[in-house]
Amino acid sequence: MPYIPHTEDDIQQMLSSIGANNIEELFDEIPAALKDTKLSEVPSRLSEMDVQRLMNQRAAQDGTPLCFAGAGAYEHHIPSAVWEITTRGEFYSAYTPYQAEASQGTLQLIYEYQTMIASLTGMDVSNASLYEAASGLAEAVLMAVRSNRKSKSKRILMPATVNPSYRRTTHTIVKNQGITLETLDYDKQGGFIDPTSLPAEPGDFAALVIPQPNFFGSLEEVDALTDWAHKHKALVIAVVNPMSLAILKAPGDWGTNGADIACGEGQPFGIPLASGGPYFGFMCCKKAQARQLPGRIVGRTVDLDGKEGFTLTLQAREQHIRRSKATSNICTNQGLLVTAATIYLSIMGFEGIRQTALASHQNMTSLAGMLEKTNGITKVFNRPFFHEILIQTTKPASKIIEKLAEQHIVAGVSLADDYPELENALLICVTETKTEQDISLFVTQLDNCLNTQ
Amino acid sequence: MSEIPSGLKYSQTHEWIELSHDGTASVGITDHAQELLGDIVFVEAPEVGTTIAIEEACGVVESVKAASDLYAIVSGEVTEINEDLADTPESINTGPFADGWIYRVKISDSSELDQLMNAEEYAEFIESEEH
Repeated sequence: MPYIPHTEDDIQQMLSSIGANNIEELFDEIPAALKDTKLSEVPSRLSEMDVQRLMNQRAAQDGTPLCFAGAGAYEHHIPSAVWEITTRGEFYSAYTPYQAEASQGTLQLIYEYQTMIASLTGMDVSNASLYEAASGLAEAVLMAVRSNRKSKSKRILMPATVNPSYRRTTHTIVKNQGITLETLDYDKQGGFIDPTSLPAEPGDFAALVIPQPNFFGSLEEVDALTDWAHKHKALVIAVVNPMSLAILKAPGDWGTNGADIACGEGQPFGIPLASGGPYFGFMCCKKAQARQLPGRIVGRTVDLDGKEGFTLTLQAREQHIRRSKATSNICTNQGLLVTAATIYLSIMGFEGIRQTALASHQNMTSLAGMLEKTNGITKVFNRPFFHEILIQTTKPASKIIEKLAEQHIVAGVSLADDYPELENALLICVTETKTEQDISLFVTQLDNCLNTQ
Repeated sequence: MSEIPSGLKYSQTHEWIELSHDGTASVGITDHAQELLGDIVFVEAPEVGTTIAIEEACGVVESVKAASDLYAIVSGEVTEINEDLADTPESINTGPFADGWIYRVKISDSSELDQLMNAEEYAEFIESEEH
């Protein structure tokens, strides 16, 4: 849609037809003291040429470092075709269409997306996506409290191994609804929730959140945790890295009955790392919870002539129909990013993402092996991992990150702010994008940083 | 003209109630209500064993057009729900007073029944609502 600014004539015509002298008059109800007429922090305008030059200079300052950081956002190769197709005019809109059924192509794409995500997670129903993983987890928590009819509890068990930013966002969103997030501490040897440490009588709770892999990169005992929660009549919310599902068990198959809700960050599927976003959250559930699933859902149907068509379905849950009793005020999706992810998955195929996941895991296995032979470095936890681990060094993580940045390497993420007990621990990740040479270089630089002064 | 069987009691929110001899009563929505809603696709009845309070929302009836709250026609304890509605919610369209019953309730305060309308009063009520 082109942006067409109003001309001075347009403005004068509009003002005279409503009987106002100038635009300021339209705002005269606002007391003068509350008006801020100057944006003092915003610099004066620049020409397009100058803006381009400035932005290019700033982008160049970042350089193209070798990235070994993960912690929720992962660098994977994105085939060129993904964004070439995504940015075609037919797709290039970030928005769910208002006249949804007039946009059959968009609806079909979302339907394909839902099918792929549901089959990857082993769940029955997927929505059309949410903003990102953190608010996705918050929606999952709200959904669990709404839909668990066996428990009237508003208590959620939240492992300390769930990404801290997801936990903070969830807390912000659910706290005013009287929902409490009760932290489950992690096992200090394994960096996971030890199922044998769970209480036999946990009391009434609505749901248990299970991250896989967890924030430390460790794998959780998802089967035992799922069965434990179900035994106590609670629902299970899986927070998963979708790329890992190409080689790990789908949440729908966890334990005897599977997780009830699965959500997570969709960024690994074709979305570039970009200062924290925009990314997209995915969310799916079992059929029993389908009517509590927030957000848009596209269904396949036939028209009066029996021809296949796509339509928004189960809209009665949504706020434009159900008003204050809607399942959620979310009724949008991350359309453009979902488009990219769907194209990414179509190009890669299941075999493609399986190889990507496997190559990432193999690279981490080889990096972990080399690091264990390096002076001053130990693996913090002894659990199986996917493509991310926590290492302990003789220096604070922040110092290492600073040092390696000088060598154009993003060394990882420090967890000191969220886990003070892990001050010298560095969370590192390797994906399929790194070569043997990259990995050796990383090890050498870490070694230099720790062992030479 | 919608069907309004005599012998039942009716609420202003278009629910009906039929008393049994054992002190329980069946509850559903009226023919008039199902006509307004259109094709019913889903019913969320109150849970068996829960206590419901008169005029408070205790469930949802969802049609292709809208999702509407089901209001408790009397106070009491829910003793049974119509499990068949999970697979055939359209029973409410075809037989709102028969197979389309939604739940049975053990009435806790039978004086509440006196506030409800009989068939004639309900007919007048929907007549007046339409004008």
